[in-house]
Amino acid sequence: MNLDILSFENVTFTYDTEDGTVLPAVAKVSFAIQPGEWVALVGHNGSGKSTIAKLMNGLLFPQEGSVKVMGHTMSEETLWNIRSQMGMVFQNPDNQFVGATVQDDVAFALENNGVPHAEMVERVHEALHQVKMADYKDHEPHHLSGGQKQRVAIAGALAMRPKLLILDEATSMLDPQGRMEVIETIRRLRESTGLTVISITHDLEEAALAGRMIVMNEGHKHVEGAPKDVFKRGDELTGMGLDLPFAMRMTHLLQEAGVGLQEEHMTEDKLVDELWKYYSKA
Amino acid sequence: MMEKMIFGRFIPGDSLVHRLDPRAKILFVFLFIGIVFVANNAIGYALLLGFTLLIVFLSKIRLYFLINGLKPIFILLIFTFLLHLFFTREGDLLFSFWIIEIYEEGLRQGIFISIRFLVLVFMTSILTLTTSPISITDGIEILLGPFKKIKLPVHELALMMSISLRFIPTLMDETGKIIKAQMARGSDIGSGPMKERIKAVVPLLIPLFVSAFKRAEDLATAMEVRGYRGGEGRTRFRQLDWRLADTLSFVLLAGLTAVLWYFRT
Ligand SMILES: Nc1ncnc2c1ncn2[C@@H]1O[C@H](COP(=O)(O)OP(=O)(O)O)[C@@H](O)[C@H]1O
Ligand SMILES: [Mg+2]
Repeated sequence: MNLDILSFENVTFTYDTEDGTVLPAVAKVSFAIQPGEWVALVGHNGSGKSTIAKLMNGLLFPQEGSVKVMGHTMSEETLWNIRSQMGMVFQNPDNQFVGATVQDDVAFALENNGVPHAEMVERVHEALHQVKMADYKDHEPHHLSGGQKQRVAIAGALAMRPKLLILDEATSMLDPQGRMEVIETIRRLRESTGLTVISITHDLEEAALAGRMIVMNEGHKHVEGAPKDVFKRGDELTGMGLDLPFAMRMTHLLQEAGVGLQEEHMTEDKLVDELWKYYSKA
Repeated sequence: MMEKMIFGRFIPGDSLVHRLDPRAKILFVFLFIGIVFVANNAIGYALLLGFTLLIVFLSKIRLYFLINGLKPIFILLIFTFLLHLFFTREGDLLFSFWIIEIYEEGLRQGIFISIRFLVLVFMTSILTLTTSPISITDGIEILLGPFKKIKLPVHELALMMSISLRFIPTLMDETGKIIKAQMARGSDIGSGPMKERIKAVVPLLIPLFVSAFKRAEDLATAMEVRGYRGGEGRTRFRQLDWRLADTLSFVLLAGLTAVLWYFRT
């Protein structure tokens, strides 16, 4: 079991509210993530995804169960060491930009962890290269697009050379172009460094890119598995307020309309491929 | 008018003055403020004015640009000048008409005070025009470093300053958006009597405040996640670099002081 980079064991968390206790935001959730995986955590708004993210890096502590990261149980003592090994990117590109310029922002975590100056310069440079933002190092945040700001935020996390990167709805405030940039960056990073990624999203299109999906519903873990298996539960997912990827909905509609497609398609490219084949056969 | 106002603005450039260490520039301006008071006669003030123009020249900021940008300040300057001119009643009477009487001492005082005011405004403007806000913050943080011993939260103050500077454009954008959103809902900002206009600001400020608090909360979370634990044990990415030119600038200032002292009466 020590192989897991991160694991939740029966984790329950309820927010303190003024009107007494309410439903737990996260209830008896267990899962484990192995090094090198890309896991998508999906669920409707308010299903407990962000709460899980906060439990992952000790912004919150579970009332029941335990959170383990790289073999250490999350506690006040292990907290800062754990945090230095995991990067986290949030939803709003503006609200996580601390530095005055791109390179200052990337250096922020390094400064906090007391990295010597010479090494800091090197790591900032390297991280900016990894997200292809090196040309923008002296730019101020208000001159960057949302997608660029998110890439800077990713660089800020990468500068710490983390083992794990968590993205909490990091693409949900971006335009399609910005989303593409961020997703492409993650994909490339995983290829070149084998980084473990947990991406939290309510967009199943994005989740389809991950190796594994964990679906949350009202604080409970609903199902877990490879995207193509999870997507087989089509109506169940739409019933929980999730939108199936466009290619899948299209496939279903075509099949209903009597077009004899053989497979379920998660990406548009694959659907288009089969349509071509279908067309040339017909 | 606010567009042209340059008091407190930064104009990137690559002059000798731009390249000086922010610590040197801040100290320089502070010392200069003291030194200005050494001058007490025509030669002294002429020297001050000459010195200031030399610095303006070295900073490669066009004098016209500087004067144009400081127009609102000149109104204040002229006002002070006139005040001294009309209300000082010492020395010989130079001019008299109806109830206006101008004395020699009044004219002298008026000119001297105006020059003093002018050189101070020029010098501080050059400081901010040639130093990015973030460098000024860095400079202040290091200069105030010794005060950490008496528990002055120097690092926190500097961080507050730099974050405020960082968020000014963001919040300005947001204000613009809120104004448009309120206008789209039929609110009329910027016209009508004063009372109405003040009232119209409320639906602008409330959403702005709500969002600023949300931003503050998000930012705090993002900082914590990135390992921020206060100033203890932190290293600095921005390094300041004190060079020969910085030391020489103080030699220049010492020279000015010596000459002023020599001519002082
Ligand atoms: N700070 C908070 N205080 C009280 N309740 C909260 C707080 N944050 C989230 N919640 C509640 O917890 C539940 C899960 O929220 P969250 O984890 O943010 O969901 P998601 O990220 O999936 O949208 C929601 O019902 C939400 O209202
Ligand atoms: Mg959320």
